[in-house]
Amino acid sequence: MSSASGRTLLQVEDLKTWFASSSGTVKAVDGVSFEINRGETLGIVGESGSGKSMTALSVLKLVPDPGRIVGGKVMFEGEDIVKMDESEARELRGNRIAMIFQDPMTSLNPVLRVGFQVEEAMDSHTKYNRKEAHQRIVPLLRQVRIASPEQRAKEYPHQFSGGMRQRAMIAMGVSNAPSLLIADEPTTALDVTVQSQVIALLRQLNREQGTAIILITHNMSVVASLCKRIMVMYAGRVVEAGETRQVFKNPQHPYTWSLLRSIPRIDSNRKQRLVTISGNPPDLSNPPPGCKFHPRCRFRVGRCSVEEPPLEEVEPGKDARCWVLMRNVENVEAG
Amino acid sequence: MKQAEPDLSATVPQPVVRVEDITKHFSVRQGLFGSIPLKAVDGVSFQIGAQETLGLVGESGSGKSTLARVIVQLQPATSGHVHFEGKDLTALRGETLRRMRQRMQMIFQDPYGSLNPRQTVGTIISQPLRNFGIGTRKEQEARVAEVMNECGLNPNFVGRYPHEFSGGQRQRVGIARALALRPTFIVADEPVSALDVSIQAQIVNLLEDLQQAHHLTYLFIAHDLSVVRHLSDRVAIMYLGKVVEIAPSGELYERPLHPYTKVLLSSIPIPDPDQEALREQARVEGEPPSPTNVPPGCRFHPRCPIAKFPICSTEEPPLVEKSRGRWAACHFAGEF
Repeated sequence: MSSASGRTLLQVEDLKTWFASSSGTVKAVDGVSFEINRGETLGIVGESGSGKSMTALSVLKLVPDPGRIVGGKVMFEGEDIVKMDESEARELRGNRIAMIFQDPMTSLNPVLRVGFQVEEAMDSHTKYNRKEAHQRIVPLLRQVRIASPEQRAKEYPHQFSGGMRQRAMIAMGVSNAPSLLIADEPTTALDVTVQSQVIALLRQLNREQGTAIILITHNMSVVASLCKRIMVMYAGRVVEAGETRQVFKNPQHPYTWSLLRSIPRIDSNRKQRLVTISGNPPDLSNPPPGCKFHPRCRFRVGRCSVEEPPLEEVEPGKDARCWVLMRNVENVEAG
Repeated sequence: MKQAEPDLSATVPQPVVRVEDITKHFSVRQGLFGSIPLKAVDGVSFQIGAQETLGLVGESGSGKSTLARVIVQLQPATSGHVHFEGKDLTALRGETLRRMRQRMQMIFQDPYGSLNPRQTVGTIISQPLRNFGIGTRKEQEARVAEVMNECGLNPNFVGRYPHEFSGGQRQRVGIARALALRPTFIVADEPVSALDVSIQAQIVNLLEDLQQAHHLTYLFIAHDLSVVRHLSDRVAIMYLGKVVEIAPSGELYERPLHPYTKVLLSSIPIPDPDQEALREQARVEGEPPSPTNVPPGCRFHPRCPIAKFPICSTEEPPLVEKSRGRWAACHFAGEF
């Protein structure tokens, strides 16, 4: 990938976030590197235990105990977040970097009016003074397409539907005009029609405000509809990364390849048998030797179980971590 | 105002299950003394043919899970009938009903919550056999080993507890339990939606294999239209307690007749960025209203993207057959 330039917003280098546990060290994030430019959209895809959410929490220095960032750099607008103390990190969060989570109810305070909480998100930072913050509440709610925002600002979270709560969270998130929005499974708990509304809203924020977005999800289809670039994680590692179109059209890592064929598509007829990935994701306190995916990989060769492949550029703008690569596998569609 | 509904919505040859005008009402407390009715299922009729898979799709509040529980008699219907293998279950009591219920089983969404954590998987899977007093202990053990094998579980793990299994394996335990009694009809309520993506395909393929091997009839309930399309012969779409469209799945997906179906379909992202960029998007504003507050006329009219005619807000459209096997409840079905 291209080196840091004036357009680079966030550059993560060899990030390692580990957890000490009774059964050994869990390397939840193990040497993850990526970058995102200003105004760009990046999807981080993986299953539970892939390290996708922990990567996001590490970027915000919000790693829960007993986890520790044990190595690497998170360069954001020229500063290393890993080296920041708690007060500096707090000033960054909700200000220049915002984060929204899957379940808005746990992030909203049930006893405070929604408008107050949006205002509070601005008052805890210095970008807007009290008066400006107060005046921004209704326009912000309107921007996230909450109907009758004047009225809704006076209501409590329980009076909001699930989709409206997620919109309110997004309003709080973007209230300080962040340059980066990290959204962790923002649509997973929502109904499908509401999910597509929220994706449309994120797309609009990205296009109109130029907010860069990192979308963390298990849903490949959501990435296809929102993100320009994609990064696929497995067992704490990046296994494939590149432009979304290229990765979907021509995946090189067997894990990405299998994932894309394991999901039924709304636009294809039934009775095409789904490709399955046998077994389960590895126990991270005791990961397999060599490539972490090899025990589940149908294309493995001898080397895969002894030596871990590096993440390497396999074609311009696309990296993959595999000794075999799908382009070297013949007649896979038939098998 | 109830419309005259057709007697047999969406008829099929040799129906195994015939659901006739089922309603299920709850009463929800409001304030100190008052209560308001919640019509979770409000007049639903359909049939499921032998060895057919009917997909049932709806968003939260559509009543799809309540309907499932009423069909397998886990909850009594407020009114209406459920016929299963020719008998009206709603009229049966006691031993006769018990015997019929052996032949219909349910698979649940949450493989964690639906298994007793203190029982071994052997005990869990054999529970239905013991409940119905089927076979000797030895025969029960043999049957447990047999269904575990069929569901891709190692029978040597019969003495293990649910927490020792992964999410996908736990769902296999739930499926094995449902199979133990050799049912003919299985209701699967969101069986893959709690699972990791790489595990979902394993369970979907397993359900297909079991249907082939045992000539099972499925009612497959999900909010994920892609999985439903993959598995179903026909699909029924529910909105606020009513079926708004039923059709063979290929036709429903290629040419939806009800505007709500169209909206649902275009809400699903396709795992293909090129296709995504080209798609026409029929999006709706807002979210489904609460079933305690059903709009007059067509339930979908406040969110409906097609032109709003006066009739839409005054008269509830009945579910009628628009062309062979295609039923829709819209005054302007297919005319948009």
